Amino acid sequence: MPSHKNILRFLAFLGIFFWLSMMGSGYLYRFGQSYSTSSETYLFFAKSFLIALILAIYFFYKRKIGNQESFDIIDLLWKVFVTGLIATVVSLLSNFLLTVLKENEHGRNPYFLDLLYHINVGLIITFLIAAFTVWKRLILYQKSKWLIRIWNVFEYGLLGSSLLFFTAYEIFSGVFSTLIWGMLVVMSFVLSVNLKWVAYLNFKQKWKSILLIILIGLYIGYFYSILNNYGEDYGFTPIFDALGVITIHGLYVFILIYSIFSVLVILFNLPTSSVFEQKLVEVINFQKLSQARNTGQNENQVFDILLESSVSVVIANAAWIDIKDEDENVKKTLFYKLNKHEKEEALKSLKSNKIKNIQSSVASRNKVNSRFTAELKHELFKSILVIPLYIGDKQIASLALVKDVKDGFSKEMIEIIRTFVNQASVSIENYRLMKEAIVNERYKEELKIAKRVQDSLIPTILATNEDLQISAFSKPAAEVGGDYFDTFKMDKDRIAIIVGDVSGKGTSAAFHMSQMKGVFQSLVQLNLSAKEFIIKANNALSSCLDRTSFITTTYFIIDSKKRIFEFSRAGHCPTLYYSAKEKKVKYLEDNGLGLGILRDDQFDSFVEVNEIKYQQGDILFLYTDGITEAKNSQNEEYGYERLKQFLNKNAFYSADYIKDEILKTIHDFCGSSNLEDDITTLIVKVK
Amino acid sequence: MVEIKNSLVKDIFTIHVIGEVDASSSIHLDESIGEATSKYSKIMVNCEQLEYISSAGLGVFMSYINDLEEKGIKLVIYGLSDKVRHVFQILGLDQLLKITENEEEAKGIVNGV
Repeated sequence: MPSHKNILRFLAFLGIFFWLSMMGSGYLYRFGQSYSTSSETYLFFAKSFLIALILAIYFFYKRKIGNQESFDIIDLLWKVFVTGLIATVVSLLSNFLLTVLKENEHGRNPYFLDLLYHINVGLIITFLIAAFTVWKRLILYQKSKWLIRIWNVFEYGLLGSSLLFFTAYEIFSGVFSTLIWGMLVVMSFVLSVNLKWVAYLNFKQKWKSILLIILIGLYIGYFYSILNNYGEDYGFTPIFDALGVITIHGLYVFILIYSIFSVLVILFNLPTSSVFEQKLVEVINFQKLSQARNTGQNENQVFDILLESSVSVVIANAAWIDIKDEDENVKKTLFYKLNKHEKEEALKSLKSNKIKNIQSSVASRNKVNSRFTAELKHELFKSILVIPLYIGDKQIASLALVKDVKDGFSKEMIEIIRTFVNQASVSIENYRLMKEAIVNERYKEELKIAKRVQDSLIPTILATNEDLQISAFSKPAAEVGGDYFDTFKMDKDRIAIIVGDVSGKGTSAAFHMSQMKGVFQSLVQLNLSAKEFIIKANNALSSCLDRTSFITTTYFIIDSKKRIFEFSRAGHCPTLYYSAKEKKVKYLEDNGLGLGILRDDQFDSFVEVNEIKYQQGDILFLYTDGITEAKNSQNEEYGYERLKQFLNKNAFYSADYIKDEILKTIHDFCGSSNLEDDITTLIVKVK
Repeated sequence: MVEIKNSLVKDIFTIHVIGEVDASSSIHLDESIGEATSKYSKIMVNCEQLEYISSAGLGVFMSYINDLEEKGIKLVIYGLSDKVRHVFQILGLDQLLKITENEEEAKGIVNGV
């Protein structure tokens, strides 16, 4: 693809080429005429090149102006004006030359007059098409489907009508050409009502536009008279009348009509332009506040924007914002065009009997209505408007605007300020929420790390021997929890097993759980009896746990040589035991006390140890209360009885199967309701 | 959620625990018992309307066991539902705290009958 610039250069070159060709053909024609030879072909060529010239300039401007991204109305009008100015200056110079050479014989030379005529024609066409392209953009400022359709018909009709130049030399020479001409004029009028861009100009821009358009109109008149009267004084007739081309004539008329309409409409719009400007300022300010919300500007920036926007919208003489802290005391004040002292003076001059409250759902709940307008008895300020900013029920700031006139705040102004204040409140709330979210996100990350650490404390490989199947599972309700299980191979025959549950939940429980792991891993190395283990664990934990925390555990030593379960329960949920011989399930409800409940020697007397001689097929089912206290949607607990039945039913299966099955059962029991507590289970089955 | 009400009849201070005591609401129970043990030597805890107590709640009772002994305070818990009583029993707290069926029995123990 050739670049934009190269295309423009090419079109400009083409234009110059067509212009030269047109002039050359014209000379040949005149030359032929003066020698009375038939040279109509040259005239045809000259006309063709004229139309080609029109098209080249048309495409040149279509590219140059029509596709421009930016849309600056004054800039566009300025471009047309400058084009016209250059054309006018050149044209005036050529006319001056003519006047100077009037008496000279060269001045009457038809070839010389032809040259000047063609120069004028080229310049005028350039100007007309430049104006046409700009007018097109103005008319299509706010497009609709129908507008585009009408415009397209007009534009193609205007360009296409140039072809009539070959058949009907004079513009009104035939019915058809007259009809087309008439239609184009009617369409010019119809299109000229599209002046929406005028509303978007401010006062100054409107004046500039009027000036520029009037000057453009003057050019039009001048150029028309040039083409119309060219050479009359000298009895000179150009080889063709450029005005006879419907396209050129149409351009004149269209540009003129639209110019007149524009000037009139702008003139009528002048008195109301300040209102539009005000509205525009409001919209822009509102947008600023909205953007502040999206870009998460900090609170002070939002307050600054609010203060600035509010002042400019109601044209206040001074203003301030009291920014309040958690307890709604003023912690900082932003001032606009007054100082602290003046603010206090203004507030002192408040006429308490002239306070008008403004309806508000928030303030009425707080009883004291803090949004109001009032009169001031102050030498500078005569009225005040106060509107507080709320987040939820909490006042975070209060905006006050003062003016040097009585009743300076109209209902509309108050509405706008309220909208601004609401928008600012939302922005600030968003900002605070975002800050909070960032902090929460960090906590979440920390918790994830804690979870990873805790997961690594749960053993993945369990100690076992040829006699036993051991299977276990643990899952915290939140990221981390207080459940614990572990195993240890004491020697070739003996395996130690522990299941524990720390009081409380979440992070604090997780800390104690890791202490429990440390205590187990240390003490289990010492080859202690179950009783000694529990006593020493209590001693150790007594100095580790905080005042209200305790840990319940069940500790087992399984001796495969003696085929004995030696165990002690320290306040933990009673272990479920399946006896293969009796084909019965029972809870091992020995006495015991949670670790950390008594933090001295008294504890020792509460420790009980028991032994069970086990047989093939016997099962130990250790668990935490997350299983028995799991609740269904009716708030019913799974309970001890169901658990008993469960094991009775599944005692025939392997430890792994029982583990999977209990998890499935609990999951099904809870249904859609989530687990509230950590759940842990450890199953030992004698092979 | 838990609701805690206090009443004082003669020299017996009674704490009424109503609802559910979980990890977060156990703080209120702790405050209440802490205050009572600093002022009174005869305390009854009415748990007739206690529906549920979590391990954190049990931890609160547990943490005062030493205090009671040292200061010679008589604290009796009464009116536990079967379920809640079972929770106390599993942990072994029934061996350390005085727990009775009803208010009458509790009063008897507090008054040293």
